[in-house]
Amino acid sequence: MKYKIKILRQKSRKETPYWQSFSLETQLENATAATALSLLNSMDPLTDTDGNISDKIIWECSCLQKKCGACAMLINGRPGLACSVRLSELKGGEITLQPLKKFPVIADLMVDRGILSENLKTINAWLSSDAFASESKNDILYESSRCLQCGCCLEICPNFDPDGHFFGMASMVPAARLLEELPEKEKTELKKQYRRHIFGGCGKSLSCRHICPAGIDIEELLVNSNAIAVWKRFLGRKI
Amino acid sequence: MSMINIIGAGLAGLSAAITAAESGRKCRLISVLPSERAQSVMAEGGINAALDTMGENDTPQEHFNDTMKGGVYLADPNAVWGLCSHAPETVRWLCSIGAPLYMKGKDPVLRNFGGQKKKRTAYAKSSTGKILMNAMIDQARKYEAEGLIERYPHHEFSCLVMNEGVCVGVDVIDIYTHQRISLDGCVILASGGMNSLFPGLTTGTTVNTGDVTAAVFFQGAELANLEFIQYHPTTISIPQKRCLISEAARGEGGRLYIEKDGKPWYFMEEKYPELGNLMPRDVVSREMEIVRRDDKCGDRVYLDMTGISEFCWKNKLSDLRQECIDFLGLDPVKEPIEVSPGIHYFMGGICVDEHHRTNIRGLYAAGECACQYHGANRLGGNSMLGAIYGGKTAAKEAAVLADDAEYDAKQVKRMENEEQNGDSFVAEQDYSINRYSAEVLKQALGIFRNEQGLNDALKEIDSRLSGNSLTKKQYRRLLLAKAVLLSALERKESRGAHTREDYPDRNDSEFQKTTIAVFDGKEIKISMRDIPVKRGNDNEI
Ligand SMILES: Cc1cc2nc3c(=O)[nH]c(=O)nc-3n(C[C@H](O)[C@H](O)[C@H](O)COP(=O)(O)OP(=O)(O)OC[C@H]3O[C@@H](n4cnc5c(N)ncnc54)[C@H](O)[C@@H]3O)c2cc1C
Ligand code: SF4
Ligand code: SF4
Ligand code: FES
Repeated sequence: MKYKIKILRQKSRKETPYWQSFSLETQLENATAATALSLLNSMDPLTDTDGNISDKIIWECSCLQKKCGACAMLINGRPGLACSVRLSELKGGEITLQPLKKFPVIADLMVDRGILSENLKTINAWLSSDAFASESKNDILYESSRCLQCGCCLEICPNFDPDGHFFGMASMVPAARLLEELPEKEKTELKKQYRRHIFGGCGKSLSCRHICPAGIDIEELLVNSNAIAVWKRFLGRKI
Repeated sequence: MSMINIIGAGLAGLSAAITAAESGRKCRLISVLPSERAQSVMAEGGINAALDTMGENDTPQEHFNDTMKGGVYLADPNAVWGLCSHAPETVRWLCSIGAPLYMKGKDPVLRNFGGQKKKRTAYAKSSTGKILMNAMIDQARKYEAEGLIERYPHHEFSCLVMNEGVCVGVDVIDIYTHQRISLDGCVILASGGMNSLFPGLTTGTTVNTGDVTAAVFFQGAELANLEFIQYHPTTISIPQKRCLISEAARGEGGRLYIEKDGKPWYFMEEKYPELGNLMPRDVVSREMEIVRRDDKCGDRVYLDMTGISEFCWKNKLSDLRQECIDFLGLDPVKEPIEVSPGIHYFMGGICVDEHHRTNIRGLYAAGECACQYHGANRLGGNSMLGAIYGGKTAAKEAAVLADDAEYDAKQVKRMENEEQNGDSFVAEQDYSINRYSAEVLKQALGIFRNEQGLNDALKEIDSRLSGNSLTKKQYRRLLLAKAVLLSALERKESRGAHTREDYPDRNDSEFQKTTIAVFDGKEIKISMRDIPVKRGNDNEI
């Protein structure tokens, strides 16, 4: 198969981005966008469709198996993991790769997603004492432990802005476990932060749910966490 | 009080950081990518501990016995006893920090895993590593908020800072800015396995290049048992790498077979009636190769999981099933899948004692980058345990040194560093920089090895090493590769994951020893070192 791969490139934070196209031939049936990037980078020298020799493409990857979230980028305009999107499934003769837009670009397809962990720090996403949860909640705890911190949900979310107060589902999902596991008396701070940074800003369109590459059941976690952090307070009873 | 610098933010690094912070100490957690992207999140099947929650009268002593036997008596028995006797408390601690292992009431449910007759492996479906990491990341965040852990999550190790033979700091490069930063204090290495020696052939991440191991080897750290490379029996080929089909699949009833005379032959069950498909990994991988070479057999080995119950698929293996569907387009509930051995774990690495000290004062190592606990072959489920327990042990030991005034004084008088390394992380992801060496290493260091093959590879690596267009990183990787080959040559016996066609027998009198590789600045020296004798009453192993 022959593909045309168009990549939005940027040498460093300060420089202006530009598009560059490469052609790629591979016999690998299940080649992904990550395969394409690796194959391009293994060309010596890397030459674009106009015959220009260019620098290697900068991008992040680690597991190559949809397990670490490193390789999130815009693939044909849609946020996803490069290692999970198969080239053969993409429509049109040309495949575009761009860095996620909501995070500062370091170079090419590599962005700084440091804000994700900063936000989790802001909402106090940790246990202050031993976990306390009933066996019946195991599915919730498991599901909320699966977040890759890839940022795809933030990219698609109309309400998330890195400088804003709304932290999106990349904070909600990890918080869902902690809201369950914190002993009742110690939930106060996290509940407060949850209402301020998660509950308040979400329009509940759930575009994030459809985009999440880990397939996390965001809706179920959201309902559960809202019940603990918001509704319980209003209703004044246990849910 | 000196600082503790931790290189690597997987299970071992996080465990070290949390341990240091728990005792009120400051540390730096340095890694190429944040913890969420470490190889530890990929671990699937589970973590071992003789918790005895399944009514089988399991004990730490039996865990110890199985670990020593699985490692064919090459591990340090005192270290292994520390690991196994502390395993139940380690797993209970993981529960206390909120890791949602599969529980019944207050007890983790345990599953069967290779090389162990009793159920001893705690798990969460087949994403155990991910859920353990998640809980430990949250725990580390607490200490980060308290100012005890300082994260450097886009920083690559460059070299150790040495003063009169003592490690007094580390230089790292900020991948975002390319700036070099010099950090003072002792150093715990937790940088994972040496995947870059076998690009595309391992189940792990591209980030664990082994460059840290290569760099400290170059600076004088001893490496041990490098020849022991674990081939996991059940992996599948996906673009750019091998994808693991967890041992849990066999733990829950998956069966290996090959076609023989037109019929499926469940060779493991026939050859090893007691443990069958759950023999240790070295044995299974070797048997798979042997039956594939048999003229009467087909050349493909299959894993048949069609007999696994619906309940089990739903509650224990749902993610594994999804992986087969995603990557192979096959549903393992309905049909067997073709599997073959792939490189999964490096038993060898930076040589440490039972306290995780290296031969360099001020330098420690834990997790997969270190050589500890697993001997000639690692049991499934022991590696996460080893990483967490090892990280903790290393941090405790480093804390003692950090308080030492004489050591602290060395920090002031610092030696000049080496000049800028020059290679950036970007080049790392380009497999081609060592593709040439990869092919020869793959040929020489397969499941079966022999002198001729190892010597051929050595010649090839030597000729590369004498080339003059190498970057520092390339040079050190090749040096590391050479050390692996020399270690494999020196061990003229077959044991665990090291099978020599020319020396098919185990030879305890000469080789029940640790292989040590050291670089003196000019050449690599290989020697065999005695294994420590077990202390205490229960001396028999
Ligand atoms: C698919 C798979 C399944 C597995 N399943 C199991 C299982 O079920 N049970 C079990 O016990 N074990 C399992 N293992 C093995 C186990 O996961 C690992 O051995 C263990 O997690 C290693 O932890 P670690 O902390 O040593 O290293 P890692 O988690 O690999 O972390 C290494 C860290 O070092 C950093 N690093 C690497 N190079 C550099 C550098 N040059 N500079 C700075 N930082 C660097 C990385 O960024 C990372 O943070 C599995 C492994 C794989 C690949
Ligand atoms: S539901 Fe809509 S607003 Fe809320 S996080 Fe998801 S995408 Fe954003
Ligand atoms: S919720 Fe899903 S999309 Fe959002 S960061 Fe987590 S894994 Fe990524
Ligand atoms: S490389 Fe880990 S998710 Fe793609």
